[in-house]
Amino acid sequence: MEAMLPEKLFVKGNEAVAMAAVEAGCRYYFGYPITPQSDIPEYLSRELPGLGGEFIQAESEIGAINMLLGASATGVRCMTSSSGPGISLKQEGISYMAGSELPGVIVDIMRAGPGLGGIDASQADYFQATRGGGHGGYHIIVLAPDSVQEMYDLTMLAFDLSDIYRIPAMVLADSVIGQMKESVVANPRPQTALPEKDWTVRGRGDGEMQKVVKSLYLGDGEMEAFHWKMHARYQELADKECRWEELQTQDATLVVTAFGSAARIARTAVTMAREAGMQVGLLRPITLFPFPKSAYAALSRRCKRFLDVELNTGQMVDDVRLSVARDAEVDFYGRPPGAGSLPTPEEIFEQIKKRY
Amino acid sequence: MKQVFTRPESLKDVQTHFCPGCHHGAVHRLVAEAIDEFGIRSKTIGVASVGCSVFLYGYFDIDVVESPHGRAPAVATGVKRARPDRIVFTYQGDGDLAAIGTSEIIHAANRGEDITVIFVNNTTYGMTGGQMAPTTMVGQKTSTSPYGRDHTKDGYPFRMAELLSQLQGVAFSARVAVNSPKNVMQAKKMIKTAFRYQVEKRGFSFIEALASCPTNWGMNPLAANERVGDEMIPYFPLGVYRNTSNL
Repeated sequence: MEAMLPEKLFVKGNEAVAMAAVEAGCRYYFGYPITPQSDIPEYLSRELPGLGGEFIQAESEIGAINMLLGASATGVRCMTSSSGPGISLKQEGISYMAGSELPGVIVDIMRAGPGLGGIDASQADYFQATRGGGHGGYHIIVLAPDSVQEMYDLTMLAFDLSDIYRIPAMVLADSVIGQMKESVVANPRPQTALPEKDWTVRGRGDGEMQKVVKSLYLGDGEMEAFHWKMHARYQELADKECRWEELQTQDATLVVTAFGSAARIARTAVTMAREAGMQVGLLRPITLFPFPKSAYAALSRRCKRFLDVELNTGQMVDDVRLSVARDAEVDFYGRPPGAGSLPTPEEIFEQIKKRY
Repeated sequence: MKQVFTRPESLKDVQTHFCPGCHHGAVHRLVAEAIDEFGIRSKTIGVASVGCSVFLYGYFDIDVVESPHGRAPAVATGVKRARPDRIVFTYQGDGDLAAIGTSEIIHAANRGEDITVIFVNNTTYGMTGGQMAPTTMVGQKTSTSPYGRDHTKDGYPFRMAELLSQLQGVAFSARVAVNSPKNVMQAKKMIKTAFRYQVEKRGFSFIEALASCPTNWGMNPLAANERVGDEMIPYFPLGVYRNTSNL
């Protein structure tokens, strides 16, 4: 792939996702048009046929997620992408994939909602993403890039984590990250050790055991055992796979915390605070599930003031409050999604000054 | 002594959960015989749907993926596109295929996906206890049409074999029944044709099998079997509705 991708690219976040999927070995994409993510299917409809892969523009998001389910059951790397209204439709299939322990990457370029909402940047689907979204009680892996470079790198990571843990993985961004252009180093696919997919349906072969991919558990105790098995796997994810970024937190007396596009704005505000001589830092979770609780717990032992900033009326702040030490104070500042509601760095800086 | 009848290799030696007189068993057997006769068991992948057909993997000794309700043609699309050298079929009931899954079946058929769909039409939701299905006959009483299906409110029963025959991606569409030895022999021929078309990569093949559901029809097995011939076949005529080798 190195020969096809220049070392440094200047591309949109959505295009970086599509390029990273190809680099990660994904040859099967199923999707449906919706703003602000359509650059992803457009790119892959051009590229995949020439790579021996398959691109299908499905009849609906429901069709697309179930094609993903079927392809994944045969063991191939595959991806779908959408935004709010379409991700809602996909929840049925995501629940079945979670119940069937199927890997697969789902890209969610969030837009404003509920309902048709709008196409502006939003973080209002944090709960939908991190709580599973569909029925039955499950989680998916959720990665939150804050740059085009991370769109590229975290998409490749999503494929690896999904294969390792047999849990669907979501790349959760929004129209700011998806639509903006930045330079990207087209890193090669990481050489991660991956488990053999010995559970796939490929035709039973001669003399082999029948393989079944399913989520129906009717036997006494079977369903309960499944839930405890997955519970332990989520714990393993939390122990091994939490990722976050800390910026100038060592001496911070106030830490701003935010993910994705809100974190980009907060980063500038933190820089402004530092230039004003204030001891302010930034904690940015990169994995939203598993949520980096330990990072908050450790930091809140020495820093007692947190300001959580989101493009919604307060969702991740619940997880932050559950993670920090009991004597730490967590304030919230948010702007719900919609046209003209993206906060400025100055606005966040004002919020910092109020609490500092 | 010559053995003239045995269990198909593609079926497991187990008891099914099907009610006495239910036609699912006969349809299962015909599908298994077709798989055996083409020698494709080791490379066949079944897609189970939701309803009485979900236990496909319990009866067929082949690899199986379970699908959400109505989505089997989309799941089968994913399977087949990823593994084009495998034989992929779905096995779906009428609620699954003709109500909640209308979008998936019509679009998979229209794309000409190289899969075979076995559609079992018994005019009711079997597993959930006999509710009105998209194929429930006008006037038929079910647990959710206690006064009989009223076409002014509930519409008319779908004729899926005819409906899909209008799509250019469909290579073969036929309706069969298993209510008499003659119809069983004809059904076997049609099911074999449907699988042969897939083996020959000729596109989407569709079999609608009329079936009895004695339990939910409130009939004994013999009366239910008779209803298939007396009431269903006149509205759902048997025959081939699309065959690309005739075009």
